[in-house]
Amino acid sequence: MIRSMTTIDVRGLTKRYGPDTVVDDVSFTVEPGQVTGFLGPNGAGKSTILKMITGLAAPTRGSVTIGRRRYRDLPVPLTEVGALLDAGAVHGSRTAYQHLLALAASNGLARHRVDDVLTRAGMESVAGKRIGGFSLGMRQRLGIAAALLGEPKVLVFDEPVNGLDPEGIRWVRRLMRSLAGEGRAVLFSSHLMSEMAQTADHLVVIGRGRLIADTTVDEFVRSGGEETVLVRTSDPHFFAPRLVEAGGAVRDRYATSMVVSGMTPDEIGALAAHHDIVLSELTPQHASLEDVFMEMTRENIDYHGTVA
Amino acid sequence: MSAVGAPSSVKFTHALRAEWIKLRSLRSTWLTLVCLFVVGIGISLLATSAAGAQYSDATAAERAAWDPTGSSLTSYIVAQLIVGVIGILVVTSEYATGEMQTSVMTSPRRYRLLAAKVVTVTAVAAIAGQSLMFAAFGGGQAVLAAHGAPRATLGDPGVLSAVVGGGVYLTAVALLAVTLGVITRATAGALAILVGIIFVIPGFAGLFPSWVQFLLDYWPTQGAATVMTTMPDADFPYPWLNLGGMCLGVGTLLVAAFVLFRRRDV
Repeated sequence: MIRSMTTIDVRGLTKRYGPDTVVDDVSFTVEPGQVTGFLGPNGAGKSTILKMITGLAAPTRGSVTIGRRRYRDLPVPLTEVGALLDAGAVHGSRTAYQHLLALAASNGLARHRVDDVLTRAGMESVAGKRIGGFSLGMRQRLGIAAALLGEPKVLVFDEPVNGLDPEGIRWVRRLMRSLAGEGRAVLFSSHLMSEMAQTADHLVVIGRGRLIADTTVDEFVRSGGEETVLVRTSDPHFFAPRLVEAGGAVRDRYATSMVVSGMTPDEIGALAAHHDIVLSELTPQHASLEDVFMEMTRENIDYHGTVA
Repeated sequence: MSAVGAPSSVKFTHALRAEWIKLRSLRSTWLTLVCLFVVGIGISLLATSAAGAQYSDATAAERAAWDPTGSSLTSYIVAQLIVGVIGILVVTSEYATGEMQTSVMTSPRRYRLLAAKVVTVTAVAAIAGQSLMFAAFGGGQAVLAAHGAPRATLGDPGVLSAVVGGGVYLTAVALLAVTLGVITRATAGALAILVGIIFVIPGFAGLFPSWVQFLLDYWPTQGAATVMTTMPDADFPYPWLNLGGMCLGVGTLLVAAFVLFRRRDV
């Protein structure tokens, strides 16, 4: 019961702008107690989906519910969903305190919540400063503070580490992990693949408005990338043909190293011993999240850069 | 009551309080209001000073048409533009900065959000507009008295109605500005249309063929402003009806604004 109250449920979500289908029949679930990463190339429809989750845009077809209710039917939205979609979407002439106070007032939240979130975001010292003078990183912190105002059970962040310094990035990462640890559902998008690998438990991958994958991070890496082995030896040119004979594939051949696929390290080691070849390195290479992502979204990118 | 002090559901008063905090926390709001009073009262003093100086040389006919109330309230001509700017900015500044997204997310029931904006602007415009009209009247009459020209008091026939009518007129213009802001979602667009409605179209009236002029007789801002005079105007014998018509027109646009605000993506 508790679970279902804080789950984002996206069902058959479709959004058309004129003839363009920006989001095409996407379904996925964001579960509480974990961080769900939302991945996709630019223009894939991520932001549009986040807008439909938070009631800013109306779906052409399909539905989004949060704990089985539509966003606009939430009795006190800020206590259910905290969202940061665009850190720049604030009036620069207000102070951070005034901005948060207006948000708190709009949902009838206690005034002390403003001080609470300013402290949690490490912004006490700039509370009385105008937002217009803030760096992008400070605006991100302010947006995250605003999302936390009502202690919501569901959090939605669009590119939350964008513009943050390394210390800020660590802070956001830890914050998202701790929010999930408290049993909240956390959905965040990022174009930084490394960010996903370090922070997310679950992945939802979108390309050209369609769902490409809805899986755990580990499974995603395993499914997409072939296992390869880095082999270092004094004479790859002698060893490579032997590997191919044995059913392997060789690429990235350099003076003393090459990358082999289609064979396990054990098989390569045995083959080297058989031919009396000395190996100085034999390392299994795991495909990075980035490799898998590039692989899976390649055909889903509208425009490729071309090399003349 | 939870730890965050939240109510069981959000009420209209919450939205209203948020809008008031947003409006009062912008320096531009206060600067615009100061501007409204300085320019509004300034114009009233200048206009009555000029009128008062000419009174001694006026013909009998001119003296018969002497309207000290109307001449002290001419400041509405510029005041309506400044009040309009406040009404427009309450909506379009949020579109320009993107803050409208934040507002709609925190108040997803959009009718309530827009209603809170409308009520806030109406209250501010009514108080500021009404105060300005009384101040302009008082200042203007003092200048006329200093020139030795006949002056009006609030107790004279039709005077209170003219001054109060001025405040109502300014409030209606502010509301019109809010609707234009919602419909265009752009400061420049809304301002251009507002200027067109209150200045340009009435100004062109004399250049158009008679059948267009006939239509322009019903142009809402034309007749409505006649409430601020005390001498009968043959073109607009019942100015309060014109003001009512203007409010009706603004009300119609307001309905359109609500429908659009509800339907559009942010």
